[in-house]
Amino acid sequence: MKADIAFGQYYEGNSFLHRLDPRWKILFSIFYIVVIFLAKNVFAFALLVLSAILLILVSRIPLRMILRGLKPLIFIIAFTAIINIFWLKGKTVLVDWWIIHIYLEGIINALLIVVRVVILVAGTSVLLTYTTTPLALTDGLERLLSPLAKIRLPVHEFSMMMTIALRFIPTLVEETDKIMNAQKARGADFSTGSLARRAKALIPILIPLFISAFRRAEELATAMECRCYTGGKGRTRMNILHSSWRDLAMCLTLCALCAGVVLLNHFAPGYTLAM
Amino acid sequence: MSTIIKAEHLSYSYPGDEEGQSVQALRDVSFSIEEGEFVAILGHNGCGKSTLAKILCMILLPEEGKLYIDGKNMTEDSITEADINDGRRKVGMVFQNPDNQLVATIVEEDIAFGPENLGLPPEKIRQRVDWALKTVGMTKYARHAAHRLSGGQKQRVAIAGAIAMRRKCIIFDESTAMLDPHGRKEVMDTISRLNREEGITVIHITHYMNEATMADRVLVMQQGGIIMEGKPTEVFSRAEELWQAKLDVPQTTELLWHVRQAGYDVALDIFDPADCAAEIARALEGKTHGGNNT
Repeated sequence: MKADIAFGQYYEGNSFLHRLDPRWKILFSIFYIVVIFLAKNVFAFALLVLSAILLILVSRIPLRMILRGLKPLIFIIAFTAIINIFWLKGKTVLVDWWIIHIYLEGIINALLIVVRVVILVAGTSVLLTYTTTPLALTDGLERLLSPLAKIRLPVHEFSMMMTIALRFIPTLVEETDKIMNAQKARGADFSTGSLARRAKALIPILIPLFISAFRRAEELATAMECRCYTGGKGRTRMNILHSSWRDLAMCLTLCALCAGVVLLNHFAPGYTLAM
Repeated sequence: MSTIIKAEHLSYSYPGDEEGQSVQALRDVSFSIEEGEFVAILGHNGCGKSTLAKILCMILLPEEGKLYIDGKNMTEDSITEADINDGRRKVGMVFQNPDNQLVATIVEEDIAFGPENLGLPPEKIRQRVDWALKTVGMTKYARHAAHRLSGGQKQRVAIAGAIAMRRKCIIFDESTAMLDPHGRKEVMDTISRLNREEGITVIHITHYMNEATMADRVLVMQQGGIIMEGKPTEVFSRAEELWQAKLDVPQTTELLWHVRQAGYDVALDIFDPADCAAEIARALEGKTHGGNNT
């Protein structure tokens, strides 16, 4: 959960990517992911790497932020790499000892898979989570999904829940801290003992936290009612989302990237991904 | 000037606990509040003042009695959801806990929440939000995260959210109770400015006596009823009765009361510390005075 929060952290800025319309950005991210999975050829992968580097440069997000976002994935990356190296059979044998057979193709394949995962995470986080506030993201999602309200899906309610959750996460984190300190002052111990013991020690934190969260929820509901909230019907929004030339430019660039990847897959020589 | 709120014989009791004992929170409360007034409601814990506030905002429905908001009877059987919303558009509330009444993460988006609910066009919402921010002096915090602000600032954002609906009357339900002295002053200055400059009717529920002295009129509640009503100077001069209702009087009044008990002829209705000192000095010098107007 903690890693999750760091993963989706907004990085303040005013770059080309920051100023894209959040609705488009969500669509662009999906498109980008599709393009990443289309790539099979080594040269197509090279093009993808180039695009990811360009995205990072354009976003002006420091590289260490992006590396930090990749850190939690290190095990998955290592795991897929090892599986590919040891399991894949090819023509060029590099190591042939006891039950271990390593082929050149296996190593190349592993490298390509690693590149794919890294671009997938780095690219989408630069395109979406690092450059879009959670609020804009919810907003964009609500508007993208708004046609679904016609078939009675609670789109507005969902986005309201997200907005309130985002608003109260810091408040509840602060409160958890306070309760933990209060329990520590009474002699509670959260850091020693067996796992079961430590889990048990969390109960005196969770119960007050839940009670206060329910109380907050009730007060908030009253406050919202006092502010004439009656659900999504007849409600307007202050901020209107505008599409601009930036969104068009980004769209064309991604289409070009997609075309490039498809062409390279078909016509470029060299190694092709085996999965 | 017209009457914005008129309450006639309001009664309310909360449903009982396991033994079925219901708790009478309000009994036979009547009063009226004129447009542009600044009224303070005082009372000990559990005297029914928060219940009254909830009834005035139509969160609770009174069991007996009538409530008129801006001339419209809100307690009629024929009242609809739309009428209630209309009433809430005129009378708003700012609550005690600043954290539990802000809906959005960003200050200006929270202020926009109310006007958005009214279905106003975007450019009009923008105008109201900018005006509300300016009125409470928070313009430079417009794009800040609400949870990073101080208590006083959060409460000012909540006030901005309430006035962005262009309300005629705002009820402050112990809105200063959770703040430090600095935040309290910040909020009180904002409240009295709203009343003076924007002509917004203020109903301020508090147990800080000094805040009540700023009001035009004070209502004192005890056990669900109103026991005293009048100008702050009149109400606080009746120090013994207030003490009986388990309430304080302003510190200056208390001091002057003791001076009077010691046999000096002083007025009780002085709330400014410097004036109070002057009054005592005059009394100690044995001069007669003309300051007592009770």
